[in-house]
Amino acid sequence: MKMLGAQIVIECLKKEGVKHIFGYPGGVVLNIFDYLYDDKDIKLILTRHEQGAVHAADGYARSTGKPGVALVTSGPGATNTVTGIATAYMDSIPIIVFSGQVPTKLIGNDAFQEADIVGITRPCTKHNYLVKDVKDLARIIREAFYIATSGRPGPVLIDLPKDVTSDKTQFVWPEHVSLRGYNPKYEGNKWMIKQAAHAIQKAKRAVIIAGGGVIHSAATKELKELAEYTQIPVIMTLMGLGAFPGTHKLALGMPGMHGSYYANMAIQNSDLLIAVGMRFDDRVTGRINDFAPNAKIIHIDIDPSSIRKNVRVDIPIVGDARRVLKGIINVLKEEKEKNQWEEVRKAWLRQINKWKKEHPLSYEYDENVIKPQFVVEKLYELTKGDAIVATEVGQNQMWAAQFFKLNKPRSWLTSGGLGTMGYGFPAAMGAQVAYPDRTVIDIAGDGSIQMNIQELATCVTYKLPVKVAILNNRYLGMVRQWQELFFKERYSYSHLDTVPDFVKVAEAYGAVGLRAEHPSEVEPVIKEALKVKDKPVFMDFIVDWKEKVFPMVPAGAAIHEMMFGEEKKTKKEQKLRAVK
Amino acid sequence: MRHTISVLVENKFGVLTRVAGLFSGRGYNIESLSVGETIDPQLSIMTIVTTGDDQIIEQITKQLNKLIDVIKVVDLTEIDHVEREMVLVKVAPKQDDKAEVLRLTEIFRGRVVDSSPRTYTVEITGDEKKIEAFIELMKPFGIKEFVRTGKIAIAREGIKK
Repeated sequence: MKMLGAQIVIECLKKEGVKHIFGYPGGVVLNIFDYLYDDKDIKLILTRHEQGAVHAADGYARSTGKPGVALVTSGPGATNTVTGIATAYMDSIPIIVFSGQVPTKLIGNDAFQEADIVGITRPCTKHNYLVKDVKDLARIIREAFYIATSGRPGPVLIDLPKDVTSDKTQFVWPEHVSLRGYNPKYEGNKWMIKQAAHAIQKAKRAVIIAGGGVIHSAATKELKELAEYTQIPVIMTLMGLGAFPGTHKLALGMPGMHGSYYANMAIQNSDLLIAVGMRFDDRVTGRINDFAPNAKIIHIDIDPSSIRKNVRVDIPIVGDARRVLKGIINVLKEEKEKNQWEEVRKAWLRQINKWKKEHPLSYEYDENVIKPQFVVEKLYELTKGDAIVATEVGQNQMWAAQFFKLNKPRSWLTSGGLGTMGYGFPAAMGAQVAYPDRTVIDIAGDGSIQMNIQELATCVTYKLPVKVAILNNRYLGMVRQWQELFFKERYSYSHLDTVPDFVKVAEAYGAVGLRAEHPSEVEPVIKEALKVKDKPVFMDFIVDWKEKVFPMVPAGAAIHEMMFGEEKKTKKEQKLRAVK
Repeated sequence: MRHTISVLVENKFGVLTRVAGLFSGRGYNIESLSVGETIDPQLSIMTIVTTGDDQIIEQITKQLNKLIDVIKVVDLTEIDHVEREMVLVKVAPKQDDKAEVLRLTEIFRGRVVDSSPRTYTVEITGDEKKIEAFIELMKPFGIKEFVRTGKIAIAREGIKK
């Protein structure tokens, strides 16, 4: 049967099992929108900004593991997706973005609402396409989904000229994808896996660092098995939070710039580092020459270019985290008795516990002013940790990472690589679309939330009860913190003089607005918010503006050279501060 | 160290931008690049000359391999290979020097492909050293301009795995 290109797009999405699209209409995509008008299987969520649509598709993908889909028009519609695409690219999130394009005959003519979006997004997509002939459409869509979701996942953009959506052709769904230049390698090298297992047997002070790759490859079960079987403690990067239960006795939290003292000390003193699905970001390693100086490094990653990009690696294993971990466990189980492990690790785990006691993650509670960490703790407590947590970027993100102990994968939505302010709220919205009955919280700052605040309208329209906890300190807090510590307290353009009344903003959109100005009001406000099931809630927490995120590794320092809160500062750290 | 990398790619629009963009986006250097069709018209070969230490070259190779339209990447520096480049040199020798220019062209097994009352355009093919030597020799006679193709390279048969 011959079909219009627009209809082929919809049919392909159905074949891929797509239920929700996040989008925004415009001139050149009207053919597709016209088909969506009557469609019963696919629901389009009309956001209020294209950036919101892409972040929502991203949040949908992170929370479900399925690819998220966005549909926007040409020109400004397409360019508005760039931040969302770059965010997904840095964090390896599978999304498909369909952008409209001016008719093929007009491409290159500076036509109305024309932008070379394939050129613009080339460095921030895993791959992108300009469809020039309707006959290629079904094949390209099939390839796009395959590329986005396989290997190291990532965003793919498909640019659809208007005439391609209005041309007709026979619809043939390709059963197989064949791309001679793209064959992700899933099985790890057997010999390397054996080497890794032997290194684990020899090591006395081993530590695992799990990244987002563990979540992408659904390797949480295998990770837990390996850690428990060999009694090796587990550190999770910002992207890896939830890959291992945060409350487990072997969990050491996050490493790096705002990681825990004990995670960083464990890395620096380890004799074996088992890095799984993580890429040694500069925020994790600190000064690279002094990173894990005594450790042998095993690096498991599906992307060969991640290996030896930043750090030297002794045992590189290219492959899928789940299969490689399974392989290592099998070798270990064949070769050594289980009961020996606890004996081997005794001294090491005792040392780590000592570090835990020395500098636990902490803050000073104040009974007169709300501490932001207290809000995060209360959110954790009152949801019993069972929530999907999104964050914005900055202090709010770090406090959420430190104090909300995630126990499940795919319940953490944060822009780790790109660090996109304005990501959290639309991402939370996307997750809420996927899971209408779960509690979805965005932990935000008063700066970040204003970057995509328009999505309140979307949440109200679709009755999405996203809870936004605004840690309102009237500052761009992380910028302010750096200025206080490293720029002689010169708060250059970090003070947000005019912060709107968030309660009134929420109410103006038809959402619920609540405010807490005193520590005693925090719990009642959260409880009240959690009761709301049919509309979004803004919780405006007026928090201590002076509060900083600690511990902290200053830029350029090694990760054991940490700064703690004022009261705990040692001479060495004061010196570090003076140097800056 | 300098490396000559041969990249087999899909012969599609936009592939050159993807490869060139990868180099510029990650701060790698392209010294020369030449592209052409292969025996299979759906494929092209790019010969890229670049410089970097081992870690950079490893990253370049890996990043190239990550591109969907890249089918195969071979660092020819590691294997025995033949390389050629072509240059067209437009020289404007004085009347007395014309014979010398023609003599040198012959020594270099070059050809005069165009001549005018004042100029000769000479075509020279060879490896980089030969091309550069010829250009050096022509300089005193007055080079008006020259155009180089950039290097192309192919692995020697029998040694290639």
